[in-house]
Amino acid sequence: MAKELSYLDAIREALGEEMRRDPKVFVLGEDVGPYGGAFGATQGLCDEFGEMRVIDTPISESAIIGVSIGAALRGYRPVAEMQFADFISCGFDQIVNQAATLRYRYGGRATVPIVVRAPSGGNVGGGLYHSQNPEAWFIHRPGLKVVAPSTAYDAKGLLKAAIRDDNPVVYFEHKYLYRRAKGPVPEGDEIVPIGVAATRRPGDDITLLTYAAMVGPSLEAADKLAKEGVEVEVIDLRTLLPFDKSAIFTSLEKTNRVLIVHEDVKTLGIGAELSAVIMEERFDHLDAPVLRVTYPDTHAPFSHVLEAANLPNTDKITEALRRLAAY
Amino acid sequence: MPPIKRTKFKLAHEQLLEMFYWLKLIRAFDERLSMLVKQGKVRSGVYTGIGQEAIIVGTCFGLRKEDFICPLHRDLGSFLMKGVSPRAMMAQMFAKETGLSKGRDSALHSGDNDLGIFGNTSMLGANLPVAAGLGLTFKMEKTDNVVVAYFGEGASNVGDFHEALNIAGVQHLPILFICENNQYAYSVPVEKSMAIDDVADRAESYGFDGVAINGNDVLAVYQATQGALARARGGQGPTLIECKTYRWHGHSEHDKAFYRTNEELAMWKSRDPIPTFTTYLKGLHVLTDDHEKEIEGRVKSVIDDAVEFATNSPDPGPEEAITDLYA
Repeated sequence: MAKELSYLDAIREALGEEMRRDPKVFVLGEDVGPYGGAFGATQGLCDEFGEMRVIDTPISESAIIGVSIGAALRGYRPVAEMQFADFISCGFDQIVNQAATLRYRYGGRATVPIVVRAPSGGNVGGGLYHSQNPEAWFIHRPGLKVVAPSTAYDAKGLLKAAIRDDNPVVYFEHKYLYRRAKGPVPEGDEIVPIGVAATRRPGDDITLLTYAAMVGPSLEAADKLAKEGVEVEVIDLRTLLPFDKSAIFTSLEKTNRVLIVHEDVKTLGIGAELSAVIMEERFDHLDAPVLRVTYPDTHAPFSHVLEAANLPNTDKITEALRRLAAY
Repeated sequence: MPPIKRTKFKLAHEQLLEMFYWLKLIRAFDERLSMLVKQGKVRSGVYTGIGQEAIIVGTCFGLRKEDFICPLHRDLGSFLMKGVSPRAMMAQMFAKETGLSKGRDSALHSGDNDLGIFGNTSMLGANLPVAAGLGLTFKMEKTDNVVVAYFGEGASNVGDFHEALNIAGVQHLPILFICENNQYAYSVPVEKSMAIDDVADRAESYGFDGVAINGNDVLAVYQATQGALARARGGQGPTLIECKTYRWHGHSEHDKAFYRTNEELAMWKSRDPIPTFTTYLKGLHVLTDDHEKEIEGRVKSVIDDAVEFATNSPDPGPEEAITDLYA
């Protein structure tokens, strides 16, 4: 029987287990050492593995990622922590130009097995620079993989998969879920494969595609619709690049209606891409336009009132589902 | 023309001749590439290091296979000295299937982990954080291998330079930071991009030594390198060596370099590292006129062979435009 852990504890457990399993795995980032990380994700690791495998770095996001790439070229599997996903922009070039292109420009003769952990997302009162969801920047870059777990189980299993993957993986961990999402986690060596979505709730009437902190309100909205006689199938994408096309298509071929929910802003968020792929490849199966519930095209404000106005929530999702059901 | 100074490092005659061969080969390789661009046989991506060869030969000479180099875009010669065949290098410039990147990119954007070569992107200075990562692994493994990382004076103004040298200083990494100060960042002269005279002065703020030397004197470069290598291999951390030199050609082969005077170019050409070294070797009776001709003939045949190989190599198949993105 799997034990219950919080999402954050699941991340820490994955790191510890992978470091015990493989001496080539190490972590680096700001405050990850004796302090244990801004959110505590690396607590205890420095005591166990020492300062050569749990490396406190200067405030140098580009160097944190560049150092990871260099180590990866020599067979290591570094896990770099961005203190907040918002700060990943300071290391952007090393991810999108250095890591993402390396195998391609080496003629296939190199791998870059790095993981960049990025605590993302709002609803935590973080304001403009501690609330962002920058996943779309990386989905737009071939050569990367992008994952975003919603449960403690996936937080652990996907992090283990990311560490073992030979490609650069950007791992978005949602701050709202750190202590709120609790549940069973896989024991030991079990991983959650990258590229495979999970159906969180079966349904025949509408397909709802979402991930990370939007899975919760999506499930609540689906419950409301069920009371109105509409069964919503909620699919947790888990991996955003490469996303699980086959799970998406299988579901919509049954439901013929699709709602996409994400906390990232609307314009060119992953919803735009999912919608376009559905139009291109499954247009004949649609009975209604693909709809999106997303953050508006604005920044993440500090005021609770303003942030709440922006965040997708159960009511907004419910309303969109009703529109789709009535179409 | 400043005379070559005697060094305290004893080099056998064979070694001096080998240095001479590399100087001639690297010069001739770049000159041939320049001609091939004019003939339309190489499309672009040629950034010659003509005039700067003493830096490459003085720093790469005698490196171990296990040592890593992180060249900048003018350092084609360092690839050759570290073991890439002239054929593969020429095929790389011809964008052929047999090149290092299989036609994906030209120039020095590819590398070889087995030979200890990291190939950078076009983002100048972005190789330096990666160099720090490579150096970190040598420190973790308690080996005495080193990293030799190259950058221009222009790249010393990029943020990655600061982040990388700072972390290298903090972690006492076994790295030689070699600045090729060729006086121009594309068209911008050094006095417009730095308020100090010597890039070497920047090392002090990272807690290690920096020295500015005559980069056109191969033995001066070699001597400074040997001292820095001994410190790095002995666990005493990084050194910055600023090699003052001059870029004879434009930034790339299309650049006529109208932003500088003929007098300035002529002055630097009078400091050409190759005749200076030739005179020195002939004075020592290490090199005879006949021997010089023999070496020049050997260089020409190596390059002719490389051009023939590259010319006759196949283009990559169109399907390879989308392969090698993921491991």
